[in-house]
Formats: sequence, structure tokens, C-alpha cells
Amino acid sequence: MKVGVDVGGTNTDAVIIGESGVISWKKTPTTEDVYSGIVTAISDAIEAGDVDIGKIDCVMIGTTQFTNAVIERRALLPVGIVRLALPAASAIPPLTDWPVDLVEVIGSNVHQVGGGYEFDGQEIAPLDELAVAEAGRSMRRSGIETAAVTSVFAPINRAMEDRAAEILRNEVPDIRISLSSDLGQFGLLPRENSTIINASLSALASRVVDAFKRALRNLGLDVPLFISQNDGTLMRADAVERYPVLTFASGPTNSMRGAVHLAGITDAMVVDIGGTTSDIGMLRNGFPRQSTHFVDVGGVKTNFRMPDILAVGLGGGSLVRDGGDRVGPDSVGYQLTKRAVCFGGDTITATDIAVAGGWADVGDASLVKSISRDIIARARERMREILDVNVERMKTEAGDLPLLVVGGGSILVDWPVRSVSNVVRPDYSSVANAVGAAIAQVSGECERVLSITETNRNSILDDARDEARQNAIDAGALPESIEIIEVEQIPISYLPGNPTRLRVKAVGDLPV
Amino acid sequence: MKLKIEDVDNLCTGASFLGAGGGGDPYIGGLMVKQALADGARIDIVDPDIIDDDSLIIPTAMMGAPTVLLEKIPSGEEAIRALRAVETQLGRTADATMPTEVGGINSTIPLFVAAKLGIPVVDADGQGRAFPELQMETFAINGIKGTPLGISDEKGDVATVLTGDNHRMEKIARGITIRFGGTAYFANYPMSGADVKRTAVKHTLSLARSIGEIILMSRQRKMDPFEELETFLPTTSYSVARRIFEGKVVDVDRKTEGGFTLGNVTIRQHDRRSDCIISFQNENLVARSGEAVLAIVPDIIAVLDAETALPITNETLRYGQRVIVMAVGVPEVMRTPDALQQFGPSAFGLPDVFVPLS
Repeated sequence: MKVGVDVGGTNTDAVIIGESGVISWKKTPTTEDVYSGIVTAISDAIEAGDVDIGKIDCVMIGTTQFTNAVIERRALLPVGIVRLALPAASAIPPLTDWPVDLVEVIGSNVHQVGGGYEFDGQEIAPLDELAVAEAGRSMRRSGIETAAVTSVFAPINRAMEDRAAEILRNEVPDIRISLSSDLGQFGLLPRENSTIINASLSALASRVVDAFKRALRNLGLDVPLFISQNDGTLMRADAVERYPVLTFASGPTNSMRGAVHLAGITDAMVVDIGGTTSDIGMLRNGFPRQSTHFVDVGGVKTNFRMPDILAVGLGGGSLVRDGGDRVGPDSVGYQLTKRAVCFGGDTITATDIAVAGGWADVGDASLVKSISRDIIARARERMREILDVNVERMKTEAGDLPLLVVGGGSILVDWPVRSVSNVVRPDYSSVANAVGAAIAQVSGECERVLSITETNRNSILDDARDEARQNAIDAGALPESIEIIEVEQIPISYLPGNPTRLRVKAVGDLPV
Repeated sequence: MKLKIEDVDNLCTGASFLGAGGGGDPYIGGLMVKQALADGARIDIVDPDIIDDDSLIIPTAMMGAPTVLLEKIPSGEEAIRALRAVETQLGRTADATMPTEVGGINSTIPLFVAAKLGIPVVDADGQGRAFPELQMETFAINGIKGTPLGISDEKGDVATVLTGDNHRMEKIARGITIRFGGTAYFANYPMSGADVKRTAVKHTLSLARSIGEIILMSRQRKMDPFEELETFLPTTSYSVARRIFEGKVVDVDRKTEGGFTLGNVTIRQHDRRSDCIISFQNENLVARSGEAVLAIVPDIIAVLDAETALPITNETLRYGQRVIVMAVGVPEVMRTPDALQQFGPSAFGLPDVFVPLS
């Protein structure tokens, strides 16, 4: 059996999953120390399901702790920043375009030194080892505990970043180091930004992972611990200590993946309806389609992967106005149970329409009798239109797909949506998030720039697949379970020899 | 006009619009300009109509792969060294710089050069949009020599190209760019103030800024950006702007050939009654619906997000986007027979005759 936990800003959910699906679940408020909320949620779920603790094989946790820390500028460390690029890239120094209050926290220990690669792997300049050593001494003098190292075209060759890390450790033996080559994709500035944020989170990462481990010990669970990353796969807890930034925005991914599992469908549109907004995304092969744009966290453009999600202003608390012709985007939000008519309030919300229309059963149905048939019909039509248009916008393939409806606001939907083949509302959809954490797989990637021709195409693709597969095995996947789920080729214009950016992703199951 | 930090995003957005699907994302260039302004530099954009006839203007720009640019950001010295190389050849210093191409990233490079050198930027360019090659300039059409061309990289390497043939200039500079690591920064078409007045597409930087302001500010002002653009553009030398198609992207077919990204994007009307197919070679060349040509190069074909009116470049086109295609008639100076020979349909191997957007 597996335990999935979602530590959100408001609630901590735990769910226990066995071979036949969800056994039990529990929702409790998130606690200040994180730890006790997890203990309560898991032990209550164990009790509710009358589960034999010895049968639990592993625990998976999804958390927004790190995203929230950046947004709230909390628990962040000042960072020693090293960019290996000179003579290139000095026109835009590190931290350009960052919010001022975040720069104040991150500090000004910034070093641009000689190094970096060209697109074809040649050196822009040899690594300036003396300058890196001097940067290390400057960090030691300033009491800096964590460093971020970024080299131009590190995704092609990581050797310079590795060597720079070695030199920094010589100067500051216990420094924690984040390398951009561990954080993926092309685009110097967003990759560098992610690396800096990652470094800044390193102390918090240790504390949070420690709290997770303590919670497990306290519960008597001596099992492997995994944490969700934003692409819907898992990383080992000790990897999160080094790469907390990879957990960013794992929430939407988990709820979409949870929906896949609960509905038993791998290709679908998904809408996660909350109190204020609906998050619409698309699932292909059981994974959310990723955004192609830079993702902004706390005002900083990062390069991390995140599902392509469209948030629209329709939720359980959306205000209904103009005789039902206007629904949302404003919402009574968390005050739903006070202000909505069906809960004795005086504000007509989307939830009241669903209750008055007779297709949802929350609050007190007798309170919504005053809402006219006409308003119900119009508001229902308006909600349908919002989902229709926006689901269609997020659809990137022709052909019919089902729509999975999850989240607390899923009760709003009882009607067909034109842009999809059918509407599916799976059981346990209010804890889809924790379910998504529990059922996740692990992944491995390979990204390169290559000259692809008719003759070498197959061998290049084979190599890339092998590398992605090996990376998945290194992440803990069972070799026989590994599947290649993504092969992306993007030509780079204005260069001879058809250089192409190739990205391959493999996923596999964890041993249970 | 003194460029303010708040103008930069507007200018970059307008430059993307004028990029007609290509031109390279001005993101990096915009950051460079913002950083220079934040450091206290001053950038003056001057009206071409009031510059001295005998002043020396040396345009600056970058060339190469936009994808490489996102990883290998410049030092900022490259374009300045290129400009110095041209000055050395001429034995005279530049009084101002100017874009060669207002569409895409090349609207920003001369702004950065101006900030660093303390010289003004002339509010004009030689393409009025984006084109893929260096000879595709109104300067060239009107007899301005492309060389001496100075070209440089971040390592301090500089080459000077002297040739009497602007096509050869393009070919040689393209080869040097590869050796420089996929991106290079250059200065070419040095000319007098009188020649700028005679040969340039005028007021295009301020045009880009205004277009960007319409796109970014309309929603806030409760205006429709598409209507605003259609009203505004005819008040400039760009005779007409019109929505030519609205629908959803249903197919994107892209490949690389001879260093260019070639392809077609198919947009389907929401009632599925008709399709629009736009063919591109880095930039959008022609928009067709069935047999009918809706718009054709050198007129500008811009694919815009149907909600925000933000321009979508061909690199970021993908299935499912809801878009509005807007076409813009370019100024007369870009529609003469000589101009059409340089960058009309036949210059891109299209069989069609140029029919101006009306």
C-alpha cells in the first residue's frame, strides 16, 4: 500500500491507496510546523481504513512549502552567485529584472567569471579557476552558506560547472552548491534564476525534509519517502534537499495525475474547480501537457517545468449577477460557507445555482427556493459557456477527449460540455491531489543540441532514449517498467547542418 | 524623445508585432536596454526629418540564431566594436545609430549602443518590419552601399567586410556568424543624414512603441486592441491595418532548410467553414484562404492572440491557440518595383504577384 500526502497552504490531506484503489483518506488543517499536520492526517487515515501499518510500502508527499517561501520571501538564504560566461553575457548581470525585495534577501555576492560553452560544445573561454577561487573566498568572508553556479550552454556540457563546484568547496568546505546543469533546459537567464532560487531554499529544504522524515518515524513508518516534482513524477527525499526548486507547482500536476488514476483515463482534458477559479489542463499519456513559456514564481522568471494551465474565474464561490448572465470572476472565496445563500448568507453564488437547480446537495436546499428558474437556467448556461470556450482553448489536439472534473467545486457541473466527448466526475475527487502524489512514477530526461540527418537520426534517438532511461533508473525506477513518453525535436534556425534541440523523457514505476 | 524604462516593454511588444512572426524575441534586447537605463544611461530617439544632412549615421544590429542568443547573451561591447570598425574604415565617428530592422530584437540593439556611446538613435529603419537577410533593406534599394560592414562577437573578434554587392555581404557575414558561435553583432549601411531622409522607413521606433502601448494598455483602458490598431495604423505611413482571419491553430508544420525555419500554419474558422494557411520563412510570407491571397509579403502578416492581441512568433505557434490574423499595408517606399524585387513575393520564391492590402 502507498500513502499519498498533500501539504497545502490550508489543508493537509492524506490518502491510503491499495491495489484496488483508495482505501481511506483524511483532510486536516496544515500546521505551522508542517510535521504535526502530516502525523495527524496519516494516522487518522490509517485509523479510518483500519490499515495494517506494516503493509505500507512507501510515502509520497506533495508540498507547496517551497513555492510559498519564495512568494512570501521567507526562510531564504543569501546566495553566492557565480556565472561562467565571460567575455559573454555581461550585458545582463545575474538578478537583472528581479523584484527589489527579493534581491535584498538574496544579496549581492555576484561573480561573473571566464568560461562557458558555444552551442557546438567548444569553449567560449577556458574556465577562470583563479576567479572562481576568489569568488569562493569572498563568499567565505561574507559568511555565505550556499552558492549557485551557472555556465553558458551547461545543458550541453556540465564539466565547467562541476569543476567550479570543486574549487568553491576547496575554499568553503561545507558550502551547499546548486548547479544549473542539474536544473535542465536551455535559456541562460531563467535557468540561472532557478539555480539561484534553489540555492536560496537549501536550508529550508533540509528542515522540511527533516520534518517529513520525523513525521514518518513518529508514525513508526520505516519506508522510503518520495516527494512530488512539478512534472508529475517523484524524487527521493534526499534529492529534494538538493533540488527543492523542482517541487514548485507540483500541486496542479498532482491533482491532474490524481484525476487520471481515479477515472482510469490517460488522455483527457481536466478541470480542477476550486472556490474562486477553475484550473484547466490537458493530459496526454497520463501526464499534464507542459507549458512552453517561462513560469514566474514570486516575480522571477524560472525555467522549471510546469503544466500548461489556464485559470479561469469560475469556482464554487463565484458571484452570480445580472439575472444569471454574469458568473464570476469575483468570488466569496473561503467565506462560501458564510455568505452563500444555501449556507444562510445573502450572496448568490455558483454553488447556490447548483443546489437550487437540484444537481448538488450542500447546505440547505430550502434556503435557495427564492432563486428563479430563469436565473438558474441563465447562470447554468453561462457556466457551461465558460467551460466550453476555455476547455476548447486548452485543447491542442483535434478529436474528442473526455473532461475530468475534480476539486471541491466539481459539484457545479452536471451538464454536457460541447468541446469534449463526455464529462467524468471520479470518486474521491476532493483529494485528487494526494492521490496524484501517491500514484506518481519517477522520470529521467535527456536534452541535447545535435545535427540530425536522415542517416544518423535513428542512432541519435536511440542514444537519447538510453540516456533518459538511465536517468530514470538512477532516480529509482524499475528498469522493466520504463517507458519513453516524450520525444521533442525543435530545429534551430539560422545555423547550418540542421542543428536540432532534442528532448527525451522516460518514466518508470518505483519498486513497491 | 527620451526613452523611459516604462517605454521598453511597449517598444518590444510593438517590435514583435512588426516582426511578422519572426525577427527574434526582443526579450534579451529589452532587458539590456532596461539595465542600461536603470544604470543611469540616457537614450534619445531623434526624428529623421530634423537630423543634419551631413551627419554620419551608422546602423547596428544582431544576426544569427535567436535560440543561441537566449543562452549566449552578449557582453554589450559587440555592436559597439562593429560600429567602431566601420568608423575606422570611414575615418569618421558616428553622430547617431539606427536600426536596420525594426521588427523583433533588432529594434533594441541600437538603443543599447546609443545608451553606451551617448549618441542618439534615429527613429527609422531599413525594413519597416523584419526580413531574414541583410540586403533586404530600403537603403540598398535606394543605392546605399551595405559595406563597409563591421561584425564582432563577445570575444573581441572583429571582421570588416568590403564588397560592392549587398548579396555577397549577406553571404559572407552569415558565414562569419557561424564561426563566431551562432550569433554576431554588426554595423553596416553607413550613410549621411540626407540619405536617411531619402531611403529609410521613417518613425518606426515610435511606431513600435505606439503599437505596443495599444496592445498592452487597451484592456486596461477598456478598449478593443484590434479596433485601436485598425484606427491607429492608417494615421501613420502604414496605409491600412485589417483583421483578415480569426480562428484556431489546427496545424503547424515546421522544418529547417538552408538555415531558415520554413513552414505552414493552418488556422480554422470557429464555424469550421474555411481555413487560412500562412506560409513562413522565419517571417510570415503569405496568407491564403482557398484560392484567395489574403495578404502577401512585403505587407505585414501578424498572428495575434485573440484575447490579448499579443503577437505570437512562429517559434511559439502551437495547436489550439485562438488567434486573430492582422495584415498591415507597408509604406509606399517598401512597395516600389525595386523594393518588390528585393523583398517582394519573388524574392522568397513565391509565384504570386504582389497585391497590396487594401
